[in-house]
Amino acid sequence: MEKESLFSAKNLKLLTDPLGRSNPVTVLVLGVCSALAVTVKLEPAVVMAISVTVVVAVSNAIMSALRSTIPNRIRIIVQLVVVSLLVILVDQVLRAFAYDVSKQLSVFVGLIITNCIVMGRIEAFALGNKPWPSFIDGIGNGLGYGLVLVAVAFVRELLGSGTLWGYRVIPSSFYIANGGVYENNGLIILPPMALILLGIIIWIQRSRSKNTVKS
Amino acid sequence: MNKDSNKYIYIYSIALVVIVAAALSVAATLLKPFQQKNVEVEKKQSILLSVHKAADVKKAKNKKQYIENEYAKYITDSYVVSSLGAKQEGDAFEVSLEEEASKPAANRKLPVFICSDDDGKPKYVIPVRGAGLWGPIWGYVALHDDFSTIYGVVFDHQGETPGLGAELSTPEFQQQFAGKQIFDAASMFTSVKVVKGGNTKGRQHEVDAISGGTITSQGVEKMLLDNLNAYLLFFKEQQRIQSAQQRLKEKEEDERALREQQAEAAKRERRPAPVAAVPPPVDEGEAAPEPSDGHSQLVASPATDSAAAPKEEEEAANAALQKDAADVAPAEESENTPVQQTENL
Repeated sequence: MEKESLFSAKNLKLLTDPLGRSNPVTVLVLGVCSALAVTVKLEPAVVMAISVTVVVAVSNAIMSALRSTIPNRIRIIVQLVVVSLLVILVDQVLRAFAYDVSKQLSVFVGLIITNCIVMGRIEAFALGNKPWPSFIDGIGNGLGYGLVLVAVAFVRELLGSGTLWGYRVIPSSFYIANGGVYENNGLIILPPMALILLGIIIWIQRSRSKNTVKS
Repeated sequence: MNKDSNKYIYIYSIALVVIVAAALSVAATLLKPFQQKNVEVEKKQSILLSVHKAADVKKAKNKKQYIENEYAKYITDSYVVSSLGAKQEGDAFEVSLEEEASKPAANRKLPVFICSDDDGKPKYVIPVRGAGLWGPIWGYVALHDDFSTIYGVVFDHQGETPGLGAELSTPEFQQQFAGKQIFDAASMFTSVKVVKGGNTKGRQHEVDAISGGTITSQGVEKMLLDNLNAYLLFFKEQQRIQSAQQRLKEKEEDERALREQQAEAAKRERRPAPVAAVPPPVDEGEAAPEPSDGHSQLVASPATDSAAAPKEEEEAANAALQKDAADVAPAEESENTPVQQTENL
């Protein structure tokens, strides 16, 4: 059997597909809860996206390597144990060597373990494929998730706080408080608005690519 | 071996759990010293930030070393006080507010950190801790040496919502506190309140709340009220010592002239302090202004009431202590009912 190259067309497709055509958030509608929780500002959204990407990729690879030994009847529990082990380890290491990052991340650790994308990809892909493609698939899905997160966070931070990545974009002299005509939209920093924005993104994607719509 | 047999499943799950547990314990044990060091440096950094020090921490190459150096340079003293305001045994840095909160108020250890600032005036840093929406919030409040004006604050939280409650750790929110007073013009403890709709009138005891973070804002307000209230006797005692020191200084300069002037004034208008065995000729005014004319008395210069010998200092102390009772009871009553003093203690 010919050895498949690490970045064959098939593997690359695993990486790029989840960014658009089979995006875990907009097409599979997974991981929505965390997408609502961390998208008020860009920075936590990006940190969350990176952490989920790492955890999905590594847990996919580990579960794929273990897949022939796992008893089918307890596979969900095994998945949970492995994923939580990874997340806690990452959190502990960060807390020891990158304390500032870990302070930001610690809020999301619980959210990563319960993120449906992690379990979803292990169930749907890693248990039936080799470790390397599983790893790529994890990276792709993490990035696809991150893309949506960043898009939502961009709109919410800009309209809700007038800043991007913490830097002021809308000059403070525009604000009513300082004699201007503009005011931040208070609704947009509340969770319902994230749901509406997410709905709009899904709507746009589905109206543009008909193949994502079930007949 | 059959993968779906009970025996295999038991062995597999036991092995998995043992391996995972071992990995976690090894990791936790190995990393603990590093983590504790980080927590310690973080605490020192927060204390420094509350007195506007360690501002260049992001530029520093070795953050830990930088913080340690700055801390050693500026935080020159720290001690633990009791709820009665007296210094007691203990290392202020080691006091855990979380543990103290579970003790009865009278037994709590209250840490104070003293910052020797470049301008020669010491700042007093008080740690505070309370509850936000999702978990604990905590911080450090730095006071000027009048023990009323806030010099700076630092707040942090465990898990408040990013963009909403978590905004309490931003400089924008914290800068509002600088210059606020925790005592009002009549020396009543007011703490600092968090109000909605902005502090448009520039009030001395109010700051703007966090939009969308109502419960966290209320938590900040309650945290300040509860924690600073515990130090009330300490603050009063320090304020009394300071005004006494100032009075002594004035007295040395022109004792004779003042005594004459004051004896005269006392005959005219004063009534005796309630707890005094021998009615003092004067004063009580500075430490405990009467509600009726509190404003004029507060601005009265220390010179007008320093005829006093050391004995009078004691009376001023009594008056100051009694004044604390006034924070609970209506001011007028406290002026006339010495019993409250003992109750409050």
